[in-house]
Amino acid sequence: MKKLGVIVNPVAGMGGRVGLKGSDGLEILEKARAMGAQPESPLRAIEALKVIARLKDQVEIITYPHEMGEDEARAAGFDPRVIGSIKSGATIAEDTMQAAKEMAAAGVDLILFAGGDGTARNIYTAIGSGSKIPVLGIPAGVKIHSAVYAINPKSAGEAAALFLEGKAVNIREAEVMDIDEDAFREGRVSAQLYGYLNVPENKKYVQSVKSGAHSEKAHLQGIAAEITANMKDDVIYVIGPGTTTRGIMEELDLPYTLLGVDVVLNKQVVANDVSEQQLYDIVKGKKTIIVVTAIGGQGHVFGRGNQQISPRVIREVGRENITVVASRDKLVSIMPRPLLVDTGDPELDQELSGYYRIVAGWQDTLMYKVGME
Amino acid sequence: MSRDRYSRFRKFHQAKWDEEIIFELSVPGERGVLVPKAEAAVADEIGDGVSVLGGLKRKKAPALPEVSQMRVNRHYLRLSQETMGTDVNIDISQGTCTMKYSPKVQEHLAARHPGIVEVHPLQDPDTMQGVLEIIYRTEQLMKEISGLDHFCFQPGGGAHGVYTNASIIREYHLSRGDYKRDEIITTMFSHPCDAATPNTAGFKVITLMPDENGFPPIEAFKAALSERTAGIMITNPEDTGIYNPRIKEYVDAAHAVGALCSYDQANANAFLGIARAKEAGFDMCHFNMHKTFSAPHGCMGPATGAVGYKDFLKPFMPVPRVEFDGRKYYLDYNCPQSIGKTRSFLGNFGVILKSYMWIMQHGAEGLKEAAICSVLNNNYMMKKLKETRGVVMYYDFGVGKNRLEQVRWSWEKLQQDTGFGTGDVNQRLSDFGIQHYWTSHHPWVVPEPFTLEPCESYSKDDLDEYCGVLAEISRECYEEPEVIKGAPHCGPTHRVKHPEINDEELIAVTWRQYLKKKGLKK
Repeated sequence: MKKLGVIVNPVAGMGGRVGLKGSDGLEILEKARAMGAQPESPLRAIEALKVIARLKDQVEIITYPHEMGEDEARAAGFDPRVIGSIKSGATIAEDTMQAAKEMAAAGVDLILFAGGDGTARNIYTAIGSGSKIPVLGIPAGVKIHSAVYAINPKSAGEAAALFLEGKAVNIREAEVMDIDEDAFREGRVSAQLYGYLNVPENKKYVQSVKSGAHSEKAHLQGIAAEITANMKDDVIYVIGPGTTTRGIMEELDLPYTLLGVDVVLNKQVVANDVSEQQLYDIVKGKKTIIVVTAIGGQGHVFGRGNQQISPRVIREVGRENITVVASRDKLVSIMPRPLLVDTGDPELDQELSGYYRIVAGWQDTLMYKVGME
Repeated sequence: MSRDRYSRFRKFHQAKWDEEIIFELSVPGERGVLVPKAEAAVADEIGDGVSVLGGLKRKKAPALPEVSQMRVNRHYLRLSQETMGTDVNIDISQGTCTMKYSPKVQEHLAARHPGIVEVHPLQDPDTMQGVLEIIYRTEQLMKEISGLDHFCFQPGGGAHGVYTNASIIREYHLSRGDYKRDEIITTMFSHPCDAATPNTAGFKVITLMPDENGFPPIEAFKAALSERTAGIMITNPEDTGIYNPRIKEYVDAAHAVGALCSYDQANANAFLGIARAKEAGFDMCHFNMHKTFSAPHGCMGPATGAVGYKDFLKPFMPVPRVEFDGRKYYLDYNCPQSIGKTRSFLGNFGVILKSYMWIMQHGAEGLKEAAICSVLNNNYMMKKLKETRGVVMYYDFGVGKNRLEQVRWSWEKLQQDTGFGTGDVNQRLSDFGIQHYWTSHHPWVVPEPFTLEPCESYSKDDLDEYCGVLAEISRECYEEPEVIKGAPHCGPTHRVKHPEINDEELIAVTWRQYLKKKGLKK
C-alpha cells in the first residue's frame, strides 16, 4: 500500500482575493480575514484529492487534523490516518513544517500539499535539500513562482495518482522560490531561490515516458558540453544559479553554488557565491560572458533568484555577452510566453528584450523570445 | 457477417500466437531447402565449392536455425498475423508518413520481372540499359515536378536525402573558400532530420520555435541569420499541416546573407503538381519516393530519398550519375567536386521503379488530383474531429484555412477532463482494428498530441469509420473509464509497462544476447 502525505495550508491564497499580495504573517492574515477573505486552498485540495480517490484502496493518506488535510481527505472520500495536533482556526507556518517532518519520518511515498510559495518554502525548510521524498504542490497561493506546482488542482491529482500507481515514476528537481512579501506589497519584487525539491514529472510536460528523464539528462549534459567546449581563454564567465547551469560547473569539475552566482576564468574558479558588489568589481572593465538559465515556473532569466547579476553588472557586460541556457522541455513548458527579464530597471529590461539563441544542447540552439512581464 | 449497421464499427480480434523465437524451433539436421549438387562441369571447375574459398572459409559453421520449410512458413505467417500492416487497416494513423496505397502491380513487376530481379549491380552498364533508362526517365519526371535541374536517387531514405543535402551545402561553401559558415537554421515543426542530419554533417543547428499561431517567427529567423549561416533546411507545410505562406520571404532573406535553401518535401502530398520548390526559390529539395510516390515504407531499409538541385549545385552531387549521350545510358563517375558515393550501387532501384510506375499511372493531372484529394480528405476529417469531445486543434484559424494534408491534434481537453491522455487513447485504438497513431516528434509542443494524415487513398467510408472510432474512444474515456484502463483488449499483447520496455538491461536484439540476458548461456 502506497502512503500519501497530505498537507493543506488552509490560509494560503487568502490575501490574493482582497488584494494583499500574499498571506504570510499573522498580522496580514488577520487583515485579510477582516476584509472578508475566504479560504481557497481547502477547495483546491479537495479537487485534487478527488482525482486520486480512484486509488482509494491502494493508497493510505497520512495527514494533519482538521483543515490541514483531514477534512479535505474525508470530503474526497478517503479515511485518512491523522497524526499531529494543531490549533484549528489558527494554524501557523510551523504547523506545515512539523507536518512535513512527521510525514517524512512516517516514510510517505509522496507529499501532496496545497499552498503557495510560502508553503513550498516551509516544506523545503522542514525536509531539506538532501531529501529524496518527492513532493507536489496544488497551486492555491497568491504567489506561485516555485516550480514545484502542477498547473492546476486536477493535474496535481492526476500527476500524483500516476506517480503512486507507478505509471509515471520519473522525478525532477524543481525550484523553491519565494518573494519577500513585505517588499512585494510595496511594489518591489525580490524573489529568492531557496532550493530544490524532487517532484514527479508533471504529466502535461512529460514528453512521454519514452524520452522522459533520459533525454532531459542528455540535454543538460549537452548544454554543459557546449558551453565548456566554447569557453575562451582570459574571458570571465559568470555562472548563474540553477540546476541547468550546475551542469557546467560539474563538467568543469569545479565547486559550485546551486543557489548563488559563481565566477570562472580559464576554467578555474575565481569566486563562489559572489555578492552583487563582488561581482561588479570582478567584471568591471573585463571581457565577460554571463551564463544564466530560466529560473522558476515562469522562466525568469534575470530578476528572480539571481539578483546578484544586477543592472549595472549586466550593462557592464553587455547584452551580446549574455548566454541563456535551457532545455527544450523547459522552453516548451513556457511556450508561447516569452522568457522574462525583471531586473528592476525597466529601461534595461527593454534593451534585453528580443530574440536569443538559447543553448539547448550540444551544437543545438533554439531561437526564443525574451520579454518583460 | 458485416459491420454493425449503425456504428459501422468492426468486431475485431487479432490473432495471438505464443510463438517461439525461430532459434527455439531449431532441430539439428532439419533442412528447409536441400541445395542440389553442382553439375559435373561446375564441379570439375571448383570441386566441392568450399575448398576454393581458402582462407575465406569460416572456421565454425554459422549458428543459423535449422527448420523445415513448412515450419518456417507457419512461423512467419503467425508473426505477420500479430502485426497491423498497412494493407489490413485504415492507415490514417501514421501522420507525416503518407500511408497511401501501394498498387500491387508495381510490387509484381519489381519482385518478378526478370529484367529487374536478375540484374546484378556490377553488370556492365551496356547490359542494363533498361534499368538506367528508368532511372533517367524518373529524373526527368522529378525535374518537372519540382522545377529543379538535376536529381539523384541514391539516398536510402528521407533523412539520408536530407543528410546528402546538408553535405552538399557544406561542400558548396568550402569550394568557394568560405570556411566560416557553420550554422544551419531549421524550425521546430520541421522534421527532426532537418536538425539532426546537418549536425551530423558538421554544422551547428539553430531551431526556430513556433509563435502562438504555429509559424516560425520571421523576426526570430532574421535574428538568427548571419554571415555564418550556411543554409536553411525546412519543411513546408510543417507537421502541423500548416503551410507557411511567407516562405519566399524566408528564402530571400537567407539568400541575402549568402546561405543556401534546402526544402524538406516529405509532406509533398499536400502540393504535388500545385506548388514547386523552384518557384518558392529553393536551391535544393528532397522527396520521399516511398511515401509521396506510393512505394511502401521500409523502416530504414528499402526507401528512397530523391534529392534535387539547381544547376549550380550539380558539381557536388553524388556519384555515379546516370547520363544519356543520345545513344545510350551510362554511369558518370568523373565528378571531381562530388561529395562522393552516398549508397552502394544505384540505390534502391525497386523503389525508383515503383515511383516511376506510379507517376506514369497518374500523369500530371493525376498527381495534382492526388494532392487535392488528400487536402480534401483532411479537411473533411477536420470538421468531424473538431466536433469530437476532448479534442483540441491548436493554431485554429477556422475551417478550411491554413491546413493542408494533415493536422497535429491534441487530446489536451480530454486529459484535463478525464485524466486519459493521448497514450491511453492510442492503447484502445487497436481494439477497433486500427493501428496505433503517430503522436508527435519531440518535444511535444502540442500537448497530448496525435497526428493524422488521411491521404488520397481513403474513401469517405474509411474516414467516417476512423473518426467514429475516435469519437467512441472519447466517449469511453468520459463514460466507461474501466474500458480504457484495461485496453487493449483484442490485441496479441497487453499494455506493456514503459520503464520495463526501455530497460537496456532487459532488451535483447539478437539470439545470443537473449540467451545471455536470460541467463541461459554464459
